Formats: sequence, C-alpha cells, structure tokens
Amino acid sequence: MEEGRRHTDPGELMIRIRNLHKSFGENEVLKGVDLDVYNKENMVVLGRSGSGKSVLIKIICGLLYQDSGAVTVLGKDVIHLNDRELRELRLQVGFSFQNSALYDSMTVKENLAFPLVRHRRHLTRKEQNHEIESVLDDVGLLQTLNQMPAELSGGQRKRIGVARTLILRPRIMLYDEPTSGLDPITSMEINNLINLVRHKFNTTSIIITHDLTCAKITGDRVAMLFEGKFIKQGTFAEVFSSSDERIHNFYNYNFIESR
Amino acid sequence: MDTNHKMKGLKFITRKIAGFFIDLNNAFQFTLRFFREVFKPPYEFKEIIRQCYQVGYKSLFLITLTGFITGLVFTKQSRPSLSEFGATSWLPSLVAIAIIRALAPLVTALIAAGKVGSNIGAELGSMKVTEQIDAMEVSAVNPFKFLVVSRVLATTLMMPMLMCYTGLVGMLGSFLNVHMNEQTSFISFFQAAFNNISFLDIFSSLIKSIVYGFTIGVVGCYKGFHASNGTEGVGKAANASVVLSMFLIFIEEILIVQITNSFRV
Repeated sequence: MEEGRRHTDPGELMIRIRNLHKSFGENEVLKGVDLDVYNKENMVVLGRSGSGKSVLIKIICGLLYQDSGAVTVLGKDVIHLNDRELRELRLQVGFSFQNSALYDSMTVKENLAFPLVRHRRHLTRKEQNHEIESVLDDVGLLQTLNQMPAELSGGQRKRIGVARTLILRPRIMLYDEPTSGLDPITSMEINNLINLVRHKFNTTSIIITHDLTCAKITGDRVAMLFEGKFIKQGTFAEVFSSSDERIHNFYNYNFIESR
Repeated sequence: MDTNHKMKGLKFITRKIAGFFIDLNNAFQFTLRFFREVFKPPYEFKEIIRQCYQVGYKSLFLITLTGFITGLVFTKQSRPSLSEFGATSWLPSLVAIAIIRALAPLVTALIAAGKVGSNIGAELGSMKVTEQIDAMEVSAVNPFKFLVVSRVLATTLMMPMLMCYTGLVGMLGSFLNVHMNEQTSFISFFQAAFNNISFLDIFSSLIKSIVYGFTIGVVGCYKGFHASNGTEGVGKAANASVVLSMFLIFIEEILIVQITNSFRV
C-alpha cells in the first residue's frame, strides 16, 4: 500500500546525493549522506532539530555548498554550476521557507509578481495578473491579494510562500518545516496543500519535518536523519516498524508530544 | 597560570586582528562586486528610482533643518570675531567658503549616514535574518543587484543633490542673520558670498558628496547583507552602518581636502 503511493517511474532520478559532508567550524552537521529522489515523489526527511535537515535542502538548491560529496539535481552537479546555470536550475526548484520569508515591504500580489516579472518577461500585465490570481486560488487565498504579509496568519503566510514558489512552475519543491509553529488543523491544511501541489503541478518534493503526521500524510518515502546520517529509509511503515531504538525514541517522543 | 593567561590573551588579540583583516577583505570583495554588477543587465530602474526617493525625499526635512541651523549658527558665532576687526562685511564670503567647501558636504553626509545608513543596514539586516534574501536567491533573482546595487546607486546619486540643497539652505540661514544685523539685501549678500568661491571649491564638494554617498550605501548594504544572530544582529548592523560610515567619511574628508589643497594656487 505504502509503496503503491509512489506515482512515479522509479527510474527517473531527479535528485541524487552521494557521501555528502558539511561542517560549520568544528561542528560536522552532515556525515556522509546518500539520497535518491525520483520523479513526482514526495520524500520526507525526518529528524530532530539541529540534525542537518535544513542544511541538506539548502545544499540541494545551492544556498550552501558541501565540503565533500556530490549533489546532482535534474542531472546537474550543483557545486560545479556557474551563476547563470545555477539561476536556470533554480527556476526549476522551488523552496518554501520555514518562516515563509515573504518580502514584508510588498503586498501579497507584489510578492508573487516579483519572480514572475523577472522570469516571464513576455507576459502582459493582464497575463501576469491572471497567473497570480490562479496560483492564489490554488492555495485558497485569493482574497489576500492586496494584503501585506504582516496582516496574514502563520498558515496563510506558509500558503503564500508556497504560491510564490509555484508561480514559476518548478519541477522540484523543497519544503523546510512546512507545519512548524502551526496548530493541528492548519497543519493538516498545509499537508493537504503539499499533496495537492504534487498532483496538480506534477512536482517532485523533499519535505523537511519533525512532524510525524506530516510525514505520514505527505510522504511516499521517509528518510530518518540522525546525527548527520540517514539511519533508515523506506515507506513510513517500513521506517517505523524498525527495531532501531533511535527511531523508536523519536516516534515515542512525537506521540507523547502530540498527546 | 600566568603564562596561560598571556597565551589566551595573545590568542584573543590574534583572532581579533585576523577577524579585522578578513572583514576588510570581505568588504573589499563586496565593493568590487558592486562594480562588476552595476553595468550588467538586467537593470532594476524602478527600484533605483524608489530608492532615490527614499534617500532623497525622506531626508529632506532633517537636512533642511540642520542645514538652515548650521548656516545661522555659524554666522552668529563668527560675527563677534570679525566685528573686533570691523570686518563683518566679510561674513558672507567667509560663510560661503565654510559652507561650500566643508560644512554642506559633511553635514549632509553625517545626517544621511545616521538616517539613510542605519535604515539600509536595518532593512537589509532584517531581510537577511528572516531569509528574504535567500528567498530572492532561490527564486533566481540576483539579490545583490536588486538590493545592493540599487541602494548604492541611489545614495551616490542623491548625495550631491542633497549637498547642493544643504548649501543653499545653509546660505539662507546665514543671510537671515546677516540681514537682521546689517540689513543687507538678498542680492548683495549672495554677490559677496560667491565672490571668493572658485570652480575647484564646488567641484571638490561634489566629488566629496559622491564619495560620501557611495560610502554610506556600501557600508549600510555590507553590514546589512552580513547580519546574523536574529534581531540582535539587525540592531548591530544598523549601528555599525552609522558608526563605520561616519568614521570613513571623516577619513575621506581629510584625504580629499589634502588632494584638493594640492591643486590650489
């Protein structure tokens, strides 16, 4: 059943990570990470805070560079791309930030127009407005068009953050802690949105989270990161049926916390 | 134990000195990047105009007030010394030389460093710590071009205009004082004032204000762009933008005055 959720031809590799190492000073955050993500797959990376989850996706989109190891995204070795090639790659990789990172001096419409006017220069003003309204409608927030980010709730900000990345129609979506700081109902709405995005926009996604509900609902596969290494990868059921004590502790902690 | 303390102290000083030179190199690279990016398309004209408005129009009230008071007070303070020699008729030209050569560029730059520099440092610092700069980067927009180039261009372009305005307002303040004491007419005051002003005085002041504007923009952007540690980092970036800009402005003032004086006959 869990395997059956994979919508993809597993042969089509979108992201390939091999023996990835990254340190900040003397603190080694990633200690030899390997990961494959296939087309239209939702891969969840689970782990405690500070385990290097966010660093991993920042390396994938070239915001950080690894110390060693290889990261290939859509067949391109990220660390060897020049500025122009990296910009081209980023047009195909959307990044939804933990705190949404909306431009707080701009309205919602201007936030969405910002990447659009720079990368879809051929569009007329009318077409741009149509694109913006269409994406906002997809995330269910058309009514916020002229609001400032400060006027939005946490959940709305997350949705607008997703909409801003979707406007460029990326092939890959990277979600950094999409449900952190949200109440369970809003979290569920975000989980449903992640699934909707996959189905409607045919995206491949990596979802970074420590929320087991989010992992179970959105993930085709789950990879458990512990102290800079993946200790288990597989479907949600496979990972959490493991006898590994570290995984059990993580599961129990989430269970107790959610009670 | 004592040797241990000395070693620790030495290590601390070495680390601080190394940190200073690393920071200096980073700032130099940042400035070089500005020159690399400024001529490269695409050009963010709309943002440059918006920033010019922010830098120019929004500083206008403060600059009007300070410029006017500077001219008025400088004239008032100079009067007793000149009247001792019966030379109050020299007041307009004395004030004009002081304002055009030194006070207008310096007062404008210091006010702008406080108002504009801190604003740039805080705004970019806040964008940095809330990942808005990263968000621009991952949406394949060059944040350096959009945020830094536009702001540095705006401060560099607007500073000479603000300096001219400060000079004018300062002279009006001075005229008010002279007129109240000597009933000098507007035309005679300005004729006397500009008698001793040369092209070099105006040109060097324009160059000064361009250099000061560039400094304020680069320092504010550099400090904001490299802010870290949350809100505390934003405060530090804003503060450092003002302090470092003012410090550099005084150093540049000394250098430009020395260079200009070498051209005077």
